[in-house]
Amino acid sequence: METYVLLGADGRLSDEPAARDVTPELCRGLYRDMVLARRLDSEAYSLQRQGELGLWLQCLGQEAAQVGSIRAIRDDDPVFPSYRDHAAALCRGIGPEALLAQWRGVRQSGWDPAEHRFGVYTLVLAAQLLHAVGYAMGVQRDGTDEVVLAYFGDGSSSEGEANEAFNWAATVNAPVVFFCQNNQWAISTPTSRQFGAPLHRRAAGFGLATELVDGNDVLAVHAATRRAAETVRRGGGPALVEATTYRMAGHSTSDDPTRYRTEAELDHWRARDPIDRLRTLLDREGWADEAFHADLDAEADALGAETRRVCRAMPDPDPSTMFDHVLPGGSPVLAAQRDGYAAYLASFEDAS
Amino acid sequence: MTTTLSRALTTALHHALETDPKVLVMGQDVGGLGGVFRVTDGLQKDFGPDRVIDTPIAEAGIVGTAIGLAQRGYRPVCEIQFDGFVYPAFNQIVSQLAKMHARTGGAITLPVVIRIPVSGGIGAVEHHSESNEAYFAHTAGLRVVAAATPQDAHWLLRQAIESDDPVIFFEPKCRYWSKGEVADGPDLPMHAARTVRPGGDLTLLTWGSMVETCLAAAAAAEEEGHDLEVVDLRSLAPIDVEALVGAVGRTGRAVVVHEAPVTGGLGGEVAASLAERCFDRLEAPVRRVGGFDVPYPAARLESHYRPDLDRVLDAVDRTLAY
Repeated sequence: METYVLLGADGRLSDEPAARDVTPELCRGLYRDMVLARRLDSEAYSLQRQGELGLWLQCLGQEAAQVGSIRAIRDDDPVFPSYRDHAAALCRGIGPEALLAQWRGVRQSGWDPAEHRFGVYTLVLAAQLLHAVGYAMGVQRDGTDEVVLAYFGDGSSSEGEANEAFNWAATVNAPVVFFCQNNQWAISTPTSRQFGAPLHRRAAGFGLATELVDGNDVLAVHAATRRAAETVRRGGGPALVEATTYRMAGHSTSDDPTRYRTEAELDHWRARDPIDRLRTLLDREGWADEAFHADLDAEADALGAETRRVCRAMPDPDPSTMFDHVLPGGSPVLAAQRDGYAAYLASFEDAS
Repeated sequence: MTTTLSRALTTALHHALETDPKVLVMGQDVGGLGGVFRVTDGLQKDFGPDRVIDTPIAEAGIVGTAIGLAQRGYRPVCEIQFDGFVYPAFNQIVSQLAKMHARTGGAITLPVVIRIPVSGGIGAVEHHSESNEAYFAHTAGLRVVAAATPQDAHWLLRQAIESDDPVIFFEPKCRYWSKGEVADGPDLPMHAARTVRPGGDLTLLTWGSMVETCLAAAAAAEEEGHDLEVVDLRSLAPIDVEALVGAVGRTGRAVVVHEAPVTGGLGGEVAASLAERCFDRLEAPVRRVGGFDVPYPAARLESHYRPDLDRVLDAVDRTLAY
């Protein structure tokens, strides 16, 4: 299968039919989303290095895959993310405080999935793909026309649950678009040690409609995801989009990617940077003037400042909160533990 | 109404499907076949394949999609075909189902019930006779219950479906065909232990498949002049500790009986709770009678593995003689 490209690495639009649908407004919007996401990502990285976050997993380099795909679906289409999907989350109105809370260690997740139609991050890989399929079964039973978008990575695709999800979705014709950000590396494991056949070929075997797209081409990702989503929405059955991209940073702030990959490989992908590529198009076509860029720079600076401010302002939670929301129906055993620990803590206050 | 434990479950599911359009039943072979134990018999005929769902053979998929359905507002009741088949779903149960409510600060509730036919006594092949309740009771965020009678099978299941908690619902498969009364309403809340037989000399603490064994032991002990109390825990997480402390506080002697291996089994949790809470009332150490620390043996040996009337009475005699 040939990789679908609309905007080449040289920043030129191809003669694919979908290129005719590309508008200046679309390009400016996608560009803005990607620039803001990269800014938040780099601020969060710095905050981790300053000790304000326990961990951060950068989405650097994957902005086009995330922004292009989430902007291709409707705002009411539910999304089940993996854990590196900050650019997609930002597009759903999830702000820096919510995004950073988990990594600062003050909560296990930062946002209400129902409010943003965006699930919480899933760290045990591929579990969310089954949740997406189940949710889509609910959509079928409700007789509505949402399409569920489920993010995962090349590494996740080896999990049994991913393959159960593909098979299950095809079996019940679930309205799901599985979106793989194939960023070439699962921590230190390259895709060559992850699967023997390309994922999009495996997906076809399950009975999924498939797309293989240049994941650093935001316009191609947008067009391919929209095509897949609309087919799914019409009842055509589940689809899988494999977006070829690259994780420019380490797996996490605890990783050292110099142990397993080369500078030459990074240079290869730097030349395919998704933001630079779209900027070249904007500049050549004159679709974004200086005022646009000045406003966007100011917006990014404000987001950066906001990210630093809300991160440092997040207090440690009260110890009693860990007992909240364990069982909706409550438990006398748990209540006794909570009260006992509160009394234990209070005994120190009495002593001082 | 007198009915079998199996039928009491069927009518509970039927009622739930009839009264709440969000309730779904899903699992392997639960539709036309009615499940391998026929607990879901006739439900698909009455409620259709969209509400009584035959699934692929994929236990993680059953629980994982149930989680997604619950996020959409449905109340799935999953059937795992046999106890030993639940492990492929362990990640979805332990890391996803149990933790989602806490992870989201209460934003997501997952009213999912997972029915598991459990324990031995039916001469089955391997992986079909395990008592694995401790894994789930050890996991925060799950409610774990075990039904031993038609009354509890029916009403505990209805309570479990109505509850917003994720519930692991154990059905002792050797009792599926035993008959008993089902009253017009529940006589206990979901978390409460039940005194099945009052007695003053010693308390047998048990659940699931062993309740009947303990009642038989108590009847035999009565002939020897011993007055044994039998308490069915029913709720294995959370355990109704107050009820156990009340009972053993009166009798001063306790034996815990379960089919699961004793090491790391819930009998240890019960014994420790009693030691913490009513040590000064105990006349003897709390004894445990359970399965051995061996993989569930081949069918011709299961009568040696499972606690029976004589092993229970042996522990009772030692505890009374202490």
